[in-house]
Amino acid sequence: MAFNILRTGHRIGKILNVKSAIHSTQRVLTVGQPVLNKKEVEVTFVKANGDRLKAKGKVGDSLLDVVINSNLDLDGFGACEGTLTCSTCHLICSQETYDSLPNKPSEEELDMLDLAYELTDTSRLGCQIILTEDMDGLTVKVPATINDARS
Amino acid sequence: MYNLWFNRVHIKGAIKPKICIVGAGPAGFYAAQHLSKKLEKSEIDILEKLPVPFGLVRFGVAPDHPEVKNVINTFTKTAQHPNVKYYGNISFGKDVFLQDLQRFYHVVLLTYGAEEYRKLNIPGEEFHNVIPARKIVGWYNGVPTDKDLNLNLDGERMIIFGQGNVAIDVARILLSPIDQLKKTDITEYALEKISQSKVKKIYLVGRRGPLQAAYTIKELREMLKLKGCQTIWRNEDFSALTSEILGTLARPKKRITELMISSLQQETKLQPELNFFSPIFFRSPLEILGEQKAEKVILGVNRLVGNDILTQKAQLTDKTEDLECDSIVTSIGYKGVQVDPSVPFDNQQGIVKNTDGKISTGLYTTGWLGTGPVGVILTTMSNAFSVAERIVKDINVDNLLESNKKGYGGVQEIVNKNNIPVVNWQDWEKIDKHEVDKGKIIGKPREKLVTIKDMLEVANS
Repeated sequence: MAFNILRTGHRIGKILNVKSAIHSTQRVLTVGQPVLNKKEVEVTFVKANGDRLKAKGKVGDSLLDVVINSNLDLDGFGACEGTLTCSTCHLICSQETYDSLPNKPSEEELDMLDLAYELTDTSRLGCQIILTEDMDGLTVKVPATINDARS
Repeated sequence: MYNLWFNRVHIKGAIKPKICIVGAGPAGFYAAQHLSKKLEKSEIDILEKLPVPFGLVRFGVAPDHPEVKNVINTFTKTAQHPNVKYYGNISFGKDVFLQDLQRFYHVVLLTYGAEEYRKLNIPGEEFHNVIPARKIVGWYNGVPTDKDLNLNLDGERMIIFGQGNVAIDVARILLSPIDQLKKTDITEYALEKISQSKVKKIYLVGRRGPLQAAYTIKELREMLKLKGCQTIWRNEDFSALTSEILGTLARPKKRITELMISSLQQETKLQPELNFFSPIFFRSPLEILGEQKAEKVILGVNRLVGNDILTQKAQLTDKTEDLECDSIVTSIGYKGVQVDPSVPFDNQQGIVKNTDGKISTGLYTTGWLGTGPVGVILTTMSNAFSVAERIVKDINVDNLLESNKKGYGGVQEIVNKNNIPVVNWQDWEKIDKHEVDKGKIIGKPREKLVTIKDMLEVANS
């Protein structure tokens, strides 16, 4: 779209009604269509204890956006706010889901995932998975070490 | 709709748990976050030695890594929780003691970190141009006690002992183009000095091999991509790394090792106009030599012993070699300090004696003070959540709420008696605003106040 704004904080996105996209280690905002016109898709986050948290996200949102916007009970999720400098938004996909995701992980994403607990071959960072229309019904697993405090 | 309240823990009886967290770094804030969420009624007080909060996020994270500091937003939310209070400028072990806090609070959680640096303990370490990395980090990040560090950057060659991320941070900050640093919250005096720096070659020396190096892949990749800087490896350091061995490694170790090898293979010839960064493996410093200052180091050549290739130990051979230098930085780890003699302490490891975070009934620790100085923010966060969860359970199991306690009222009596000016969250917000405003004028995200006097002045304005 017309112009890009460097993203400095997570909240700005909400205020400006913009969609976010990730380029390398910077978060960049593109001013897109008003949110109202955007399609919603449903995502399910399965916690280690089996709890299933369902949330709606808009096309163009990242899975981190979905967790934050829906206020999902996942403590510590997204500590660096989507800037590819931590691995607290680690999610585990099924092989099928992993293969179907349109964007493949960048070197920088893999670097961060390498520091995650319970790393699998189908691990991704939630901040790097951007919702598209075909992702309605997406289900991802949240590793235990992020949020259940090993209770 | 998902209910945020359903997993809260109900505490028996009418007494409200009063919890004191000592140290306002990541461990303290993450613990407070979990405790305030799980305990419906509670008073959670965070005491901090300095007037300003956030510990190593403010004073440790490199200025050119602003994204890592985004955790401050979450910490700020925690500090604004109605059950959480911040009290800065109260020094544990000086203004208040463990005995006091245990009298005033049902639970005391020590999270004051690992601020002491480990020494090489070799002859020559006392030369004025042998400087602990911990002090350099404190200096460029504005730690009040490090701001006057007499760092000499007049020589070309620097040796850094240690291969962790702190060692890499120091190398990167000193070798980065000054224009990149100008846009960060690095202290103005450090920027001024680094802009005059003659340091051009940095050796990063480690006792063991590439497989045991402690730096993480992001930091390494950043070094390899650093503008105006060439990374030079020593071929022989990689000779034992056969493709067979690589094949046995788990993905994280494999990827970082492959990155080192591919960088080694890409190497072109030395370009003298560029800065130079050179990791050196299998060497231990034995002695630092020089007339008035460190001029050269005798390095012992190590070999690795042990069956597990990832945890092999370094063993000196009788071979040595010399490496000349103009300055030396030691970066071989941090350790905690006891601060208060009644804290059970393991001086060897530099940690508070604890079992999974518990020291004794009603007394806990988390973060680097309890685990030792390892891991990234995720490690500290997970540990803090798990210790906080344990506290929540122990409150009932250990009957910690038998009697009512004074809480901060008790601390207040002591600080009032001793005329200690306490900095609360609103005061910190004034300091924060002052620093951000000051930074704006010179195109930086923040210009930090670097004396306690200045911080208190702004807090009281």
